[in-house]
Amino acid sequence: MAKTAKTTALANDDIGPETRLELYRLQVEIRDCEKRAHDLFLQNMIKGTSHLSLGQEAIAAGFGVAMKKGDKSFCTYRGHAHTLARGVPMEAMLGELMLRDIGLMRGKGGSMHLTSVEHGVMGSYAIIGAHLPIACGSAWRAQYLGDKDVSVCFFGDGTTNIGAFHEALNFAVIWKLPVVFVCENNLYMEYTPIHEVTAVHNPAGDRAGAYGLEKIVVDGNDADVVYRTATAAIEKARNGDGPSLIECLTYRHSGHSRADPGKYRPAGELEKWMEHDPLKIYKQRLSDFGIAERDALAIETESKRKVEVATELCKASPSAPEELLTTDVYADGGWAWRN
Amino acid sequence: MAELSYRDAVIRGISQEMERDKNVVFLGEDVAKAGGVFKATVGLYEKFGPLRVRDTPISEQAILGAAMGAAMTGLRPIAEIMFSDFIAVCFDYIANEMPKISYMTNGQIRCPLVIRTGNGAGVRFGAQHSQSVENWTMMIPGLKVVAPSSPVDVIGLMAAAIRDDNPVMFHEHKALYATKGEVPDGEIIDTLGTAKILRAGSDCTILALALMVPRALEAAEILAREHGINAEVVDVRSLVPLDTQTILGSVAKTGRLFTVEENPRLLGWGAEIASIVADEAFWDLDGPIVRITTPHIPLPAADHLEDLALPNAARIVDKIKRVMNG
Repeated sequence: MAKTAKTTALANDDIGPETRLELYRLQVEIRDCEKRAHDLFLQNMIKGTSHLSLGQEAIAAGFGVAMKKGDKSFCTYRGHAHTLARGVPMEAMLGELMLRDIGLMRGKGGSMHLTSVEHGVMGSYAIIGAHLPIACGSAWRAQYLGDKDVSVCFFGDGTTNIGAFHEALNFAVIWKLPVVFVCENNLYMEYTPIHEVTAVHNPAGDRAGAYGLEKIVVDGNDADVVYRTATAAIEKARNGDGPSLIECLTYRHSGHSRADPGKYRPAGELEKWMEHDPLKIYKQRLSDFGIAERDALAIETESKRKVEVATELCKASPSAPEELLTTDVYADGGWAWRN
Repeated sequence: MAELSYRDAVIRGISQEMERDKNVVFLGEDVAKAGGVFKATVGLYEKFGPLRVRDTPISEQAILGAAMGAAMTGLRPIAEIMFSDFIAVCFDYIANEMPKISYMTNGQIRCPLVIRTGNGAGVRFGAQHSQSVENWTMMIPGLKVVAPSSPVDVIGLMAAAIRDDNPVMFHEHKALYATKGEVPDGEIIDTLGTAKILRAGSDCTILALALMVPRALEAAEILAREHGINAEVVDVRSLVPLDTQTILGSVAKTGRLFTVEENPRLLGWGAEIASIVADEAFWDLDGPIVRITTPHIPLPAADHLEDLALPNAARIVDKIKRVMNG
């Protein structure tokens, strides 16, 4: 019986084993890499601050796989996952967190400003809400020049109470821009439960109607659901049918940032969500669809190896060189403001 | 050579660059069909069409954010913020986003755009529509800041700003829109970071910007005619980059420096220039560096009070005469 069920599911599968394994690989690699980032903090090898997405991997993976080369992503200071999901090498990401020369910006940007234009990662913005209008501008350029790329903009639930969120939504709709807004609702605005500071139940979804958009609220811990939703919204934008606003429900396993142990969370909440952990769900999904366990294990083993290699490369890389202090303030590469 | 208003020079400057480069696009509140509240964009919509000249909602953050996103990915937008006071509403883009993106990304991203804005007083709009705010933006690493005083400079500096690969604040003075000046035919392209000596003189240097330039010139004529003081008048034109060479050269020649600033006194651009001159040309000076500014107040709406606040030719003459004659 079980075998028949699996066969039927695979036959009707709109995603397919190859894409499923890719979704799993990305989630595993993001998880392992971020856990390593956490360890490196504890060893004082990563300085400054950092904002992990442990527990939110399905969103980055779902969109990462749905996006095509040339699509542009805009993310927040909680952007490690979205950066890796676009294919940025682990050592470039971790190296930037460690402020080494090997890092994406050679240590000049740090964990909150991860950018790789080559991979379509058009910046991580550390001021809440700033990048929603910026993503509109990127989408406007695509529309104006007839480029077919879509701009995807990730942000947290706290962003929905910023003015720029509302300005960007209205702007994107009236100009019918090829942009997809993705709210990662992890239930907390930094240290405060989002429902305590928000007038509506679904911070993004309930406001979509105010801009003439469909209310889309999905399980952000299920990579298949995210992938399907992402594919549909990106396709709609690419076809010239305008923007979408998607609220992905998820949960942040750790605190807001490195400094936050997350003790404000009610007892049992984390445990409840651990039962709905994206990786746990997805490993079961692979099995349900008859994908061999050895394929999942191979991904897990390879991910651990990648993290080790990346960590060693980063440790061996020198710090950002001193001459970078004054480069690229202006477009001529320098910092001169007077003659 | 034809006479053109400052207002029409804005239109010609933008037009010249939009004709040259299809990546130049323009957006702002009431800029397209209405032709701008100052009528400084009349005809652009008709000439370049709705895809390149676009009206936006009253959403200053969206205007600058969208301009930035477009600039980062290949266009060269011009964004209008109607009154310069309103840049406070979208200051995140001006202070944190546009000027830092090149540095933070280690040069991966450039942000070539122009923010045009109606700056300054003289038209009785009161405290929230009259400020001279170029100092707000001058202190931010990564931005360029320009403020022309004449129609020919408007065109040339606008073209230079649009062609520049950095974010540029372009402060048009709203009390100058109706003023006129000679403008040559054909393409005009100027250079950012160049001050202009508008009146040669030997006894003192007067540095001025935007609306204060015609007032400084008027003062210089009175000083020469009535007080035997031959003042050199330098139009600073661009605060970032700053043409310190021309400024220091003029001070070396005259030995005296006066700045005429519309901004409130505290931390005005003249303070920075005074500091540079004190550092680098102290031995050229024959007397104290003196700043003539608006007092440290918000601007009043009443016409006689606004007139009292802003430096004018009589007040410039009076101050210079008293300092020069000891």
